Amino acid sequence: MKVPVVEQIMSANDQLAAANRARLDEAGVFALNVMASPGAGKTSLITRTVEALRDDLRIGAVDGDIATTIDADRIAALGVPTVQINTGGACHLDAAMLQNAFAQLRLKELDLLIIENVGNLVCPATFRLGEHRNVLIASVPEGDDKPYKYPVMYRGVDALVLNKIDVLQAFDFDVDYFQQGVEPLNPGLAFFPLSCKTGEGLDAWLDWLRREVIERREMR
Amino acid sequence: MHELSITESILKIALRHAEQANAKRITRLNLVIGELSGVVGESVQFYWDMIAQDTIAAGSELHFEHVPASLRCLSCEHVFPMDGKSHKCPNCGQSRVVAAGGDDFRLESIEVEE
Repeated sequence: MKVPVVEQIMSANDQLAAANRARLDEAGVFALNVMASPGAGKTSLITRTVEALRDDLRIGAVDGDIATTIDADRIAALGVPTVQINTGGACHLDAAMLQNAFAQLRLKELDLLIIENVGNLVCPATFRLGEHRNVLIASVPEGDDKPYKYPVMYRGVDALVLNKIDVLQAFDFDVDYFQQGVEPLNPGLAFFPLSCKTGEGLDAWLDWLRREVIERREMR
Repeated sequence: MHELSITESILKIALRHAEQANAKRITRLNLVIGELSGVVGESVQFYWDMIAQDTIAAGSELHFEHVPASLRCLSCEHVFPMDGKSHKCPNCGQSRVVAAGGDDFRLESIEVEE
């Protein structure tokens, strides 16, 4: 006998993610999930962002890594509450891991929670955490063909940062070709070319994030 | 790596539906898996035999219907497969295109013995 099911497989994680989202909303926290391949500049963008916004917003961070607390230490050094999640080999954060991290944070005392996902251009795209917005950081040395090779990652994000534009010439990175790859996957995606090193382009990114946090607050 | 937790979700959904249908055994699961879903069917199969063994789904067969990633041209409506190199329409050369398929990942049906 054939039994029709027609059910989305991700439902277990999605349900947990929805519960996380409800907790964040109740506490009035805007959560940003930061994804990228290893070395693209996740921690650099986060530290830059914290430095620029910490006087206006109460910021907390969750840092996912396979091992070590190197990244979490860099962020915690800026004086914001930071929770390290060591995934013990797992290639992404999932909603259950974030739920565990909540226990170590005073959510009600935060405006913005920045979640640094595990450095990986494949798996994190499949696992929603309960975040309000997803940002993907691409970087110039990775090459301009990444949207074509990793379409899944480019599909499910709300903003795209292109980091390390200070070395565009050295890597023959064709920004047009890069953007032509992104557009069909995610039409009209907010795009922020910048350099965490020189600070060029950072303001547009910070304005976008600030606006998102404020909009969320006004929706309450 | 993440296919283990996905496989556990598949098992949970299948067992729930089998129970509702008063089934004694699950013999086959029909899954739809899109190229843009980020899921590797072979890995799911690998974990399946391991985690299903002590359940009524033991020995059941996984069947995957693969849906390729495709794009649709906004100028000429031509639908074409994503080839990993260019997103330009091969028919008219325009680059205003949108993703048209391949996101799916669902359990379509199960086959059971009563």
